[in-house]
Amino acid sequence: MTDRKPFPWHVAVFLAPAVAVYTAIMIIPLFATLNLALFTSIDRQPVFAGLENFRTLFGDPRWSEAFWNALGNNAWFFVVHMLVQNPIGVALAALLSSPGLRLAAFYRTAIFVPTILSFVIVGFAWKLILSPIWGVAPSMLDAVGLRSLFAPWLGQEETALTTLALISVWQFVGIPMMLIYAALLSIPDEVLEAAEMDGITGWSRFWKIQLPLILPAIGIISILTFVGNFNAFDLIYASQGALAGPNYATDILGTFLYRTFFGFQLQLGDPHMGAAIATAMFFIILAGVCVYLFAIQTRLRRYQF
Amino acid sequence: MSAARALLGRSAAAHAILIAYTLIALFPVFVIVVNSFKTRRAIFAEPLALPTPETFSLVGYQTVTRQGDFLLYFQNSLIVTVASLFFVLLFGAMAAFALSEYRFRGNRLMGLYLALGIMIPIRLGTVAILQLMVASGLVNTLTALVLVYTAQGLPLAIVILSEFMRTVSDDLKNAGRIDGLSEYTIFFRLVLPLVRPAMATVAVFTMIPIWNDLWFPLILAPAEATKTVTLGAQVFIGQFVTDWNAVLSALSLAILPVLVLYLIFSRQLIRGITAGAVK
Repeated sequence: MTDRKPFPWHVAVFLAPAVAVYTAIMIIPLFATLNLALFTSIDRQPVFAGLENFRTLFGDPRWSEAFWNALGNNAWFFVVHMLVQNPIGVALAALLSSPGLRLAAFYRTAIFVPTILSFVIVGFAWKLILSPIWGVAPSMLDAVGLRSLFAPWLGQEETALTTLALISVWQFVGIPMMLIYAALLSIPDEVLEAAEMDGITGWSRFWKIQLPLILPAIGIISILTFVGNFNAFDLIYASQGALAGPNYATDILGTFLYRTFFGFQLQLGDPHMGAAIATAMFFIILAGVCVYLFAIQTRLRRYQF
Repeated sequence: MSAARALLGRSAAAHAILIAYTLIALFPVFVIVVNSFKTRRAIFAEPLALPTPETFSLVGYQTVTRQGDFLLYFQNSLIVTVASLFFVLLFGAMAAFALSEYRFRGNRLMGLYLALGIMIPIRLGTVAILQLMVASGLVNTLTALVLVYTAQGLPLAIVILSEFMRTVSDDLKNAGRIDGLSEYTIFFRLVLPLVRPAMATVAVFTMIPIWNDLWFPLILAPAEATKTVTLGAQVFIGQFVTDWNAVLSALSLAILPVLVLYLIFSRQLIRGITAGAVK
């Protein structure tokens, strides 16, 4: 019994600060929020209500309409990212990684610039550029003879959400580009040379050799996009305000949570309904992460060199 | 001969596409910054022209410095970002060292627990975080923001840093132990200097979302004295919507510091992304 090791105090000391801050500020509030969703307030006193808040959220037409609208918009926001951002990112990365390309570092740096800007800047910059008052966008379309195509895209119910999604794509395309670029660089030259020996070059090299090898990176990008999109708020708030106009056409879960929690105009804020929405978002994100971890990641074939 | 020409053609096409996309990426920034230096009339008459001696004007910047307290906002953003960065790097590196160096029961579980925060955004706990800050009297203080951003930055920092710390040679650390160095000295004197490049990468990744965040400043510290640049710009622009000079100048002032920092650190950032993915 005497040879039992002493308690490893140094390990505890190394772990303690990070675990303490992380647990106190992140994990406990997360579960406290989930718990808060089970209460309601009567005369400013919290009263246990079970799943009553969720029944209101999904059952009461005043709430459920807004919730499904926000969820639907959020899903479309995500679809646009998957269909536009990630293919463009892959294409740019493939171009950047082509051997002997000059100025690659310059392109990489420049295309990543929008990603470092804040949503406030991006939202307002595009709002100004697309504004019919200033006329940068209409006069540019005029220059290529497409003036008739111009419309106040951010002001119309049908186009506002897609426009905002495309602005967000413009901002974040640098992230898939960089990650795919890194994945492409990590493919050993021998593999590509062996393919070349077999006469596989150019397009078919990309489709048959490189794309299968970067599928895991594309999977990671997809789940990062999913989490980021279902947690988005800033861009919509900065460019359309908390009301996510026109007529809630750009309302997503983040802005819906903000309005419910803090109130807007005449409606008072409701922390319990806010917590219920946050809980719904938690389960949506959790579901997405689980689908990725168990259904997608395990099926992706990884190659070791 | 024709193969060489085809290769040349392909590379020209690649450059054409990349140049086109670079223009798309930089164009909005260019339009904002250029027009912030022009008179109101010139902003509307020739939005795409560079400022000439006749159209040059700093009236927007004068309004911004007179009306908004941007110097204070910058100071707040700087304090919050630097303090959070310091704690994320220090605590993150310590925890990463514990996870990568020592074998103890629950090591893997602890690693998973700390990595959870990468997938589940901290914003979902906002309702309870606000209650916590109200209860502890930290609302409208920069401390509240520093605490939240430290918690937010830790998961990714720990994952990246422990990945790098596994590559530090065991022989070196054991040589230190034989010489009688304590575990703390080994960490601070031997390991930390060796993972400095990884620390720089984590710093850049942690810094950008903190500097740009709108959600937590809006909710936890919206008071005039604690506004960050991002929130300050948002509020200022909201009040001065019709004063285009002021709006464009405020946007430029918010863009330029980040842009300069990015250009200084971009190589580090890109090397970090590339190194992190190559296993």
